[in-house]
Amino acid sequence: MTDIAKDQLFEYLLRLGDSSLILGQRLSEWCGHGPELEEDIALINIALDLIGQARSLLTYAGEVEGRGRDEDGLAFLRDGTDYRNLLLVEQPNQDFAYTIARQFLFDAFHLEQQRALMGSRDETLAAIAGKSVKEVTYHLRHSSEWLVRLGDGTPLSHGKMQTALDDLWMYSGEMFEMDALEAALAEAGVAPDRAALRPAWEARVAAVIEEATLQRPDDGWMQSGGLRGRHSEHLGHILAEMQHLQRAHPGAQW
Amino acid sequence: MYTQGLDVKPGDKAIPLESGTSEAEQGFQGRIDRDDRIEPKDWMPEGYRKTLIRQISQHAHSEVVGMLPEGNWITRAPSLRRKAVLLAKVQDEAGHGLYLYSAAETLGVSRAELVEQLLSGKAKYSSIFNYPTTTWADIGAIGWLVDGAAIMNQIPLCRCSYGPYARAMIRICKEESFHQRQGYEIMLALSRGSDAQKAMAQDALDRWWWPSLMMFGPSDKDSPHSAQSMRWGIKRISNDDLRQKFVDVTVPQAEYLGLKMPDPDLAWNEARGHYDFGAIDWEELKQVISGNGPCNKSRMKARRDAHAEGAWVREAALAHAEKRRARALKKAG
Ligand SMILES: [Fe+2]
Ligand SMILES: [Fe+2]
Repeated sequence: MTDIAKDQLFEYLLRLGDSSLILGQRLSEWCGHGPELEEDIALINIALDLIGQARSLLTYAGEVEGRGRDEDGLAFLRDGTDYRNLLLVEQPNQDFAYTIARQFLFDAFHLEQQRALMGSRDETLAAIAGKSVKEVTYHLRHSSEWLVRLGDGTPLSHGKMQTALDDLWMYSGEMFEMDALEAALAEAGVAPDRAALRPAWEARVAAVIEEATLQRPDDGWMQSGGLRGRHSEHLGHILAEMQHLQRAHPGAQW
Repeated sequence: MYTQGLDVKPGDKAIPLESGTSEAEQGFQGRIDRDDRIEPKDWMPEGYRKTLIRQISQHAHSEVVGMLPEGNWITRAPSLRRKAVLLAKVQDEAGHGLYLYSAAETLGVSRAELVEQLLSGKAKYSSIFNYPTTTWADIGAIGWLVDGAAIMNQIPLCRCSYGPYARAMIRICKEESFHQRQGYEIMLALSRGSDAQKAMAQDALDRWWWPSLMMFGPSDKDSPHSAQSMRWGIKRISNDDLRQKFVDVTVPQAEYLGLKMPDPDLAWNEARGHYDFGAIDWEELKQVISGNGPCNKSRMKARRDAHAEGAWVREAALAHAEKRRARALKKAG
């Protein structure tokens, strides 16, 4: 692999790892505050999977980069402009309906993405995806079931679920946006074409939304920028909290 | 563990001391004396049932409230590995809460009733969780000392006369000892770290040591129901004996960390073969148990808020399950 391809792979690994990390971080805010004990356990489970994925991906990113940065160097010592996560995953938990809507939209994409990555010509990436697929299959089942429960449940839960879906919909487009970097990686057989993941996502999302007796929001203007380091105001707060010990005690071992 | 028994005031008749003479009572006591396990369908004295419900539910509530002080540091854990380990730990505690509520339910009380007792302030939980976690070292100190004290208290409960409780404790103890090791490992990293990290570790020990000793409950002479609990095989070792055991095990661990115990009276007593330690501030324990600890109000508020904010979610899940059942019936019919 040429040096340029290394940079490209590094950048792509950040896109993958950062989305898992930030969503895992968001979910762990629920810990101890879930609507029932079983759900605390489930949300922690998902957070744990996502943080595990982030660790594998960021560790690999550090190796590919070859500048001595490990998973913690990348997670705790990068500023927001260097983060490459999707805007969707940094959106606040708000309430359980928003948390489920965010999770469902992401999971349905994440599963297709990880399935496709199992066929990556990059063997490490393919192996990480192989493990993730099993986890994400469970995540999607969990978020789909809740989407249906809340959509079909009571008039109150139906309304909350629809509002959350409507409000977060504008972050769904970014998941399928291609750029020159990923076009090159797709060409090389390392990463899937995001646009190609869309039909399966659309079908899944439509089916679950229908079962939930909800309305699929219209595709209006889509927000974009996370994959290029242009974030919402939320990311800075997430990082301030997450990184504070590493920043306050430079070089310390924990 | 986490059942300090302090909510039972001396002279409280809520749980009668029983020395029954009926055939059933004598048969029951005979089984206890033979070390048989009592199972949910077996006959049991009312006092035994009530004592167990109180103890198991206090224990369950403690596991659940205990998620809060540790959950406070998940988003700020200093490395991804520590974050994952802490998440897994807090998840275990939620699981402990679930097994214990289930064990309590075998005694004919519902989880909803028990949760209601916690939220209304009627039921107690361990005083230890009413102290704040102000630095990362507190996560180490909780694992090392609080989980350590919990294990000390819980290992004898694995032989508790009530089968479902004993079996829950066996499962829980395995996980608690893992928590204890993880906590000690955090303390070890800090005590081998920078001056600031060492100071953080010492400060955490200073704040958590005495409250950890209080976790074993009042001294034997002030523990009104210990004798009955011992006779029923619910309690096997007295509060003071467990506390002494904990001190004896923990002091060398602190020495290995290079930390100083916040007790000027702490000294090895050759004649007794134990460490002597200073007087516990029972007034502090009394105050924390009765609601005046630094975090009692915020812990309870967090639990009440979670319950209230989750109500519409639980209602929706029930309503959906109902609709599904009705649709399935209609299809079948
Ligand atoms: Fe526990
Ligand atoms: Fe524990």
